[in-house]
Amino acid sequence: MKSLSEIDTVSKRASKASGFDWGIAEEVGKNIRLLEMFGMPGIKNLNYYYRIRNKKNFEKIKLISNENKAIKFEYCPIIAGVSFLDQIRSLEIFNEIKFKKIAFPLLFLPFVSRASEVIGRKLYLKIDNRNFLLNYNNSIYTNFLSDGIVTVGNNVLVKFLENLDSFEENEWKELYKLSEDTFVEENDSLKQGGAGAGLTDND
Amino acid sequence: MKVDLRNPNIVMKLSKLGSFHQSKLSFLRSFLKEFKDWEYKRDLFELNEFGHGIAVYSFKKNNRVYSLICFANELAENDRSDRVIATKWDAAFTLYDGIPTKKDIERLKNEVPKQEVGRLSYKELTLSRANKSVRVFNHVVESLSEGRQPDIKLLSNVGYLYRTTAVYGSGKFGLADRFRIKDRKEIYGPFRLEMMLVYLVRQFTFDQVNHVAKNKNPKKAINLDPEICRNLGIGNSTGLGMAPFIVNHPTLLNNWVMAREIVLKKIREIKKIKKKDSDLFKNYLKKSIKNITSWNTDSEYQQKKIRSLLKDLNNFIIFLEKKFDFSCEFAFNKIYLWLEKNTDDECIEYVVSMMMEPYDSIVSPLINKMSSDEEKYFNIPTNRTINELKEILENKYSKILKIDFSKKENNQNFWFISKNKEEPRLANRFEEQGSKLEQPLAIARDIKKLYETLSVSKNSTTIDRFLIKNAHLRHVVRRAFIVEKFPYSEIQDNTIGKSIVPIDMLRLKLSFFGALKFDPRSDKWLRICMFQGAPLPEQLKNYDDGWVYN
Repeated sequence: MKSLSEIDTVSKRASKASGFDWGIAEEVGKNIRLLEMFGMPGIKNLNYYYRIRNKKNFEKIKLISNENKAIKFEYCPIIAGVSFLDQIRSLEIFNEIKFKKIAFPLLFLPFVSRASEVIGRKLYLKIDNRNFLLNYNNSIYTNFLSDGIVTVGNNVLVKFLENLDSFEENEWKELYKLSEDTFVEENDSLKQGGAGAGLTDND
Repeated sequence: MKVDLRNPNIVMKLSKLGSFHQSKLSFLRSFLKEFKDWEYKRDLFELNEFGHGIAVYSFKKNNRVYSLICFANELAENDRSDRVIATKWDAAFTLYDGIPTKKDIERLKNEVPKQEVGRLSYKELTLSRANKSVRVFNHVVESLSEGRQPDIKLLSNVGYLYRTTAVYGSGKFGLADRFRIKDRKEIYGPFRLEMMLVYLVRQFTFDQVNHVAKNKNPKKAINLDPEICRNLGIGNSTGLGMAPFIVNHPTLLNNWVMAREIVLKKIREIKKIKKKDSDLFKNYLKKSIKNITSWNTDSEYQQKKIRSLLKDLNNFIIFLEKKFDFSCEFAFNKIYLWLEKNTDDECIEYVVSMMMEPYDSIVSPLINKMSSDEEKYFNIPTNRTINELKEILENKYSKILKIDFSKKENNQNFWFISKNKEEPRLANRFEEQGSKLEQPLAIARDIKKLYETLSVSKNSTTIDRFLIKNAHLRHVVRRAFIVEKFPYSEIQDNTIGKSIVPIDMLRLKLSFFGALKFDPRSDKWLRICMFQGAPLPEQLKNYDDGWVYN
């Protein structure tokens, strides 16, 4: 088994050899490491992309807006990803961002995951019928469990999620009530003798 | 009194970094301190009469076990080479996480001796190989087998029976990634498992030499005197592979140097020096002269440095004895200021290391802060402005911005990775081919380029917009924002200039490892000795931390 350190180094060097600048190659190294760590086929997709990158043209999107349509060719996932990550703070004003045709969209995914960490918000990524919930770059929740190559994402959507609870208020109350069974009912003597914070403080 | 941390623009000059010496912060010393209470054991020792075979050594505490597995092989004389291009060695080693099974040992027997072309797994933590100093090893075998101890003079001239030619860790060749083990408290300090490997290899060399002597002459042979063993270490040949490491790990470099600078600052701020502390400082200082006078090297560069160090130290000792009163306030600060005025970098940094000796309470808490979670600082804060970035460069790279890279001598060399060995190398840009594949290690040149580009850009532009047009400068934009937070993370010199001395970069790293004597074999590689004088595993429980000076 290859170590993540080897995956990072080889991906970085291969990216430089494919024509990317060192700073971008460094980003790719970290991203492929991330994908592989989350159990996604990073090396496979990167290898395939670099195999065809010099034979085919890809569009380099520099400035991201809420609707992005590749005019002639598919978007390069790496340039699109770098631009997305770099511009994430100014993109937050949109609720969602759409891309038409990103090549090898799994290579775009780790940039979105890292962007989620940068802005401290969960991001939802939809690549055609594949869904990904990106949790602050700590985990990825997905219905995509294939280890194969995804050559194109025809419709890619990134949605900024509000940091909201994933449960109903009554569910919370029910659980809270149960948690109260760990508390001691104070009598007068305990009230006088006890010191410090009340029950509502975090423990 | 408040003393400022030393200026990074001065401390991080290569000539200064290349004058650093071992100290209480050094990794081999902090390793011994951490593992002194662990149970040491030789678990397996199956060598033939020539010393070839397998041995296993371990350190154990509670449920945690680290095992060194040694593979000693027959090596033809013409296969023995310290060069990185070698493919066979006298012995190869791996540090295993836990207790290896027979199956593990069988698997590793096929992989470890192959080193770079073998495959390790996440259960292995470090990997190394070593060659005998044949002259010394054979002499010791001859002597012991005849029932007498070897010639001490020969042994102390060389200092070891074996020298390692590489020690790998952190995910190389399939070894465990650092993240898998980084939460273990016993390895919070950097390179601790590499230090453990080298330390246990040292013990293997003693056991092996005793074993071969015994087999040679079972009736007469004696064991190597433990006192002689203690005064032997493990040699190490180190080349340029180490140099880019300190450029590629800026936050780690910062944390090493920052720890040293904080210790120095705190010591200079001590108002009243206790007599026992000043006595210990003086005692170790005088004793340590022996390490310098026994420092053998053919390198003219190093000899000059040693001569200057000895001269300065002698003057300093005279000053201490005749003109200095330790009962004055802030005595160590006064000493430091005297050193800056009267001695060279080599001596200043030597005495700075010595000043740490009495102050366990200052040094110890900083040792665990010498590692770094580098990933945390990787993202570029792209919402910052060009004006802010420019200010960072002006403050943090003021000297570098003055270098004229249009001059040939400032742009003479380039760093590349050799295809044959995947190792970093340095070559003349104007004489050799390959500069198109230059590694991003010309930080000074690229920072200057960044500054020039920023200077013709609009101040209020944010970095995300700047990077759209200047992707080729992305790697140095990242560094500049790291340097803003970590003042000692950048070498304040030109690493591609004509006058670069790469061994200064090696010396910096090796001083933090804890190497005592540096023996440059050229301007690009050197030999050192580690653990010479260190307690043997059986002596660890009650060892004297001043062993370096005994």
